[in-house]
Amino acid sequence: MAEMMKGNEAIAEAAVRAGARFYAGYPITPSSEIMEYLSWRMNEVGGAFVQAESELAGINMVIGASSCGVRALTASSGPGISLKQEGISTLCDEGLPAVVITQVRYGNGLGTLFTSQCDYNRETRGGGQGDYRCIVLCPSSIQEFVDLMLPAYELAEKYRIVTVMMGEGTLGQMMEPVELPDFVEVKRTPWALNGHYTYKKIGIFERDSMAEAVELRAKYAEIKENEQRWQEESIADADYVFVAYGVPGRATLGAVRELRAAGEKVGLIRPITAWPYPDKAFANINPNVKGIITVEENATGQMIDDAALAIKKTHKDRNIPAYALTYVYNTPPINRIKEDYFKVKSGEIKEVY
Amino acid sequence: MANTRERKVPALVDKPMDFCPGCGHGIVSRLIMECLEELEQLDNIIFPIGVGCSSNLGAGLECDRLHCCHGRAGAVATGMKRVNPDTLIVSYQGDGDAYNIGIAETFNAAYRGENITVIVINNTNFGMTGGQMSLTTMEGQKTATSVYGRDCSVTGYPIRFPEMVAREFPNAAYAARGTVTTPANINKLKGYIKNALQAQLNHEGYSVVEVLSPCPINWGLTPVNAMKRIEDELIPYYPIGEFKKREEAK
Repeated sequence: MAEMMKGNEAIAEAAVRAGARFYAGYPITPSSEIMEYLSWRMNEVGGAFVQAESELAGINMVIGASSCGVRALTASSGPGISLKQEGISTLCDEGLPAVVITQVRYGNGLGTLFTSQCDYNRETRGGGQGDYRCIVLCPSSIQEFVDLMLPAYELAEKYRIVTVMMGEGTLGQMMEPVELPDFVEVKRTPWALNGHYTYKKIGIFERDSMAEAVELRAKYAEIKENEQRWQEESIADADYVFVAYGVPGRATLGAVRELRAAGEKVGLIRPITAWPYPDKAFANINPNVKGIITVEENATGQMIDDAALAIKKTHKDRNIPAYALTYVYNTPPINRIKEDYFKVKSGEIKEVY
Repeated sequence: MANTRERKVPALVDKPMDFCPGCGHGIVSRLIMECLEELEQLDNIIFPIGVGCSSNLGAGLECDRLHCCHGRAGAVATGMKRVNPDTLIVSYQGDGDAYNIGIAETFNAAYRGENITVIVINNTNFGMTGGQMSLTTMEGQKTATSVYGRDCSVTGYPIRFPEMVAREFPNAAYAARGTVTTPANINKLKGYIKNALQAQLNHEGYSVVEVLSPCPINWGLTPVNAMKRIEDELIPYYPIGEFKKREEAK
C-alpha cells in the first residue's frame, strides 16, 4: 500500500532497508532531511550515525566504516559533494564500496537552492583527482529512488566502487506515494578490516599502480558492458528522439506522449545510469532519425556530449544533429518542452553538434 | 665474538620501515607493538595511518591498517570505531597531518570523545616533504618555509594539543606527551602509550599521546644533537607528562 512520503525521508528509510548501517554527513539544503531521519533511525536498527564536522570528515568516516565492511552512506548537495571528492577518489582507489547521495541544487560556488542537474559532469567523470569513475544512478521519481537503493549497494559491492545516487533537489523535497521495500539481511562484506588481519591488504609502497590501472580499466569496461540502464519509448520510428533523465525525464515523457497524440513522431531515452551512459539504447533509434534533443536542467548543456557521442557510435553512416534544450534550474513544464521542440523542428534552435 | 643474542622484532612488524637514520618513529612504532603484545591485543587492532613519514608504518606492518587521506585519520578512526566498538583503533599521525591539515578532524574526534587512541609524532616540521614549517615549529626555528626562523607574530605560536584536550574536553580519558631521548624517557613513554590503549579497551573514552621525536635530517643536526635539542629546547616548551590521567589511576 503506497503511502505519501517526503522524498528525503523515504530515501533514508529505503537506505536502512537496503542494509545501510552507518551514516556520516553534514547538513545542507536540500538533502538535510536524510540525515535528520537517520540521526534517530540508525540507532533504532543498531546502526551508527555521526553528525560530522564537515563534508570532508563525513566522507572520511564513511571510508572508515566501509573499510570495516559495513554498508555506509553519506548525502549532500552541490558544494558539499565537491568537498567529498578527495574521499570518493580514495574509496575508488582502495576499492571500498559506498553510496553517496546528491540532491543536486543549481550553481557555481555556494550556488542556489533551486533544483537542478548542473553537476552531471562532476558525477559522471569521476569528480576527484585521478583516473576513476563512479556508477551514477539518476532516478526520476521518489519510488524509483527508493527502489534503486538496494541495487546501489549491490553494484557498489559487486564492483568495489562508489555508487552516486544523483537526485535533484525536488526529489528530496516533494512528496509522492511510495511503497517501501522489505528489509534485507544485514551482513558485512567478507573482506573487511576487523582487527584480525583476515583481509591481507598490502602496504602502500608495494602497490603496482600500472597493474592496478589496467585492472581498473577492465573493470570499467565490464561495467559499461553489463550495467547500462534506461527507459525508452517510441524511438524505433521517431524523427526526433529526446534524451532526458531525472525529473525532467518525466516531464519529457509527458511531452513525448502529448506530441505523439498530436501526430509528431518523437520518442524518449531516459537514462537511469548516467555512468555507464546507456549507449546501447541509441542502437534502437530509427536509422533515419532527424535529430536527438537533450532536455537538461543546466545552462551550458552537459549530457549533450554523451548523447552526441552515443548517436555517433550507433549511427555511423550519418552526422545526426544533436540539440540541447537547457532550462538552467527548476523542472521544465511539458508545454515549454513542446514549444521548444517545434523551434528545433523549424530550425529556430540550432544544433550543438 | 659473534652476537648470539636474537634480535626480537614485534610480531606485527614484518618488514623494515624506511625511516631516516636517527629518526624517532621506529622507537615509537616498536613501543606501540610491544604494548599491544603485552595487552594481548595483537589480533584486535586496526591502524588508520596518516600521510607523511607516518605512512612508513603501514609499509612495515602485518595487521589491519588503512592509509588515510592527509589529515583525516581522526574521521576515518571515528567511522571504524563506531562500527567496531570492541576493536582497538589507533591512529598514527605526524604533527603536520594531525595538527596542520587535520586539526578539524583531530579536534572534533577529541571533542566528541570518540573511544580511539591518537598517537602524534611531533618533530616540529613536515618531515616527508622536506622540513617545512608546521603548527609545532618553534619560534625562530629555521625550516624550508621559514628560512629566517619562524615569525610567530604572523604564523602563530606552536600548538600544545594534549594540554588543550586535557583542559577543554571533559569526556577525554587520557592525554600525555612523551619523548624518546633517553631509556628512562622511552620507558615513561611506553607507560603513556599503554595507558592510552587501556583507556580505549575499557571504553573510558578518547586518548592522545604526543611524542617529541627527533628529525636530524631536516633539523640539520647529528642524531645525538637532535636528541639534545629535544632536551634543551623542546621539553621546556612542550612538557613531558600526563595532562589528563585516567579516572581509575587517579
